[in-house]
Amino acid sequence: MIPTALWVSIRAALCATAIVSVTGIALGCLLAKGRFRGRGIVEALCSLPVGLPPTVVGYYLLTQLGGPGPVRDVSIALLGHPLVFTFTGIVIAQTVESFPYCLRATRAAVAGVDPRLEQAARAIGLPEWRVLLQATLPLARRGIVAGVAMAFGRALGDYGATVAIAGGPGTGTMPIVLYNATFDGSADLARNLALIQVAVALSILVGVSRLGNAKEW
Amino acid sequence: MSAAVEVDVAHRLGEFELAVAFTVQSGIAVRFGPSGSGKSMTLALIAGLLRPDSGTIAIGGRVVVDRSRGIDVSTQQRRIGMVFQDGLLLPHRTVLDNVALAVRQLSKRRERRAVARDWLERVGAAELADRRPGSLSGGQRQRVALARGLAGEPALLLLDEPLSALDLGVRRELRALIRDVIAATGVPSLLVTHDAEEAQELGDVVIEYAYGTIAGTHSVEHPPPRPPEAEVEVEAETESETEAAPTPPAHEADA
Repeated sequence: MIPTALWVSIRAALCATAIVSVTGIALGCLLAKGRFRGRGIVEALCSLPVGLPPTVVGYYLLTQLGGPGPVRDVSIALLGHPLVFTFTGIVIAQTVESFPYCLRATRAAVAGVDPRLEQAARAIGLPEWRVLLQATLPLARRGIVAGVAMAFGRALGDYGATVAIAGGPGTGTMPIVLYNATFDGSADLARNLALIQVAVALSILVGVSRLGNAKEW
Repeated sequence: MSAAVEVDVAHRLGEFELAVAFTVQSGIAVRFGPSGSGKSMTLALIAGLLRPDSGTIAIGGRVVVDRSRGIDVSTQQRRIGMVFQDGLLLPHRTVLDNVALAVRQLSKRRERRAVARDWLERVGAAELADRRPGSLSGGQRQRVALARGLAGEPALLLLDEPLSALDLGVRRELRALIRDVIAATGVPSLLVTHDAEEAQELGDVVIEYAYGTIAGTHSVEHPPPRPPEAEVEVEAETESETEAAPTPPAHEADA
């Protein structure tokens, strides 16, 4: 039971983190550097899951992915079934829940890069995309990596949004199995799962903290 | 031959107003004056780090800014090299990488690194190639910054108070290096300083700034004859040009 739940959780969290890393870093850079109308609204909307109870996110995901509507129709047309109660569904739920952590950390880290270093990179002729890749992102790497790690931790630990669309085979993540074990009277299983979750969360937090204090990497 | 740089711009930042016009043909032209007189702002305008409210800038005969015609060439396309006060080397890259990044005239990595090594040798920093900027002394950092500024074969080198953060001994050593390396390459250079001795020692011509304007210009005779390519002609289009003193006045540099 534990290996399966651990494997499902890690696999789903890694998938969600991979999606969040690409989209969160890209949008975080855009929000930090871009000057466009509606920037504040975009940031607020993308950060909404942080301010909402996960069950609210779960409710919307369940009704949008599983209820009648274009998302359900498209997924049935493409995959032959709706996304709810599938592994893909829990990846989506964890992506939505963890996205703001990566986005906000990236935005803050990129905004905090010394603009003079970017100007120096421009002055030696690097085009804007290389300024981003050679100067901005490496200089912001600590904050970005911390954001990705926090997103992974959030995805791994998510319960409220995930449980709303879990239920099919291969969707029993550790928090869900832990919840069920607690109320099924499987005390040993519940305790062990809780300990594993604590150990993983602690490892991530210590890692992020060490990252912040490391002199050079 | 086209002038190295022709500037005729006006720019306002808060209460401060800058209005300068000058032409530099070649050699090292020093912008000298107290802090807050607009020297560094002029460099930022030439580099494209600031956009002037009005006026024109041409580098090597190519117009890079003409506000009336909507021309504003990006910093990257201006073919400048720049040396900042605190080096501003990328801290996560090695010294060699920092210089190699500036070698824009070559596309192959190996060739860029070879050119970068050559430049590090020329500025006496070859042994620093594999170190990170954070481990360098101020003088070493500025040597590397000078190599980076010149490695891209710029049409114009801009040096923004490159020695002001260094102690006197290192400063003197680097003055000689800057003078010799720039003379050897023949790259026209604009150097900003508020140090009268530095202005006198490095400049082929000194353009003196007062609050937002050019107060005067004068040429400097250097005891050992300069190489022919370092000959300088400057036309500062200011009324005070004719009243310029033959040597830089004792100037109280702001802290």
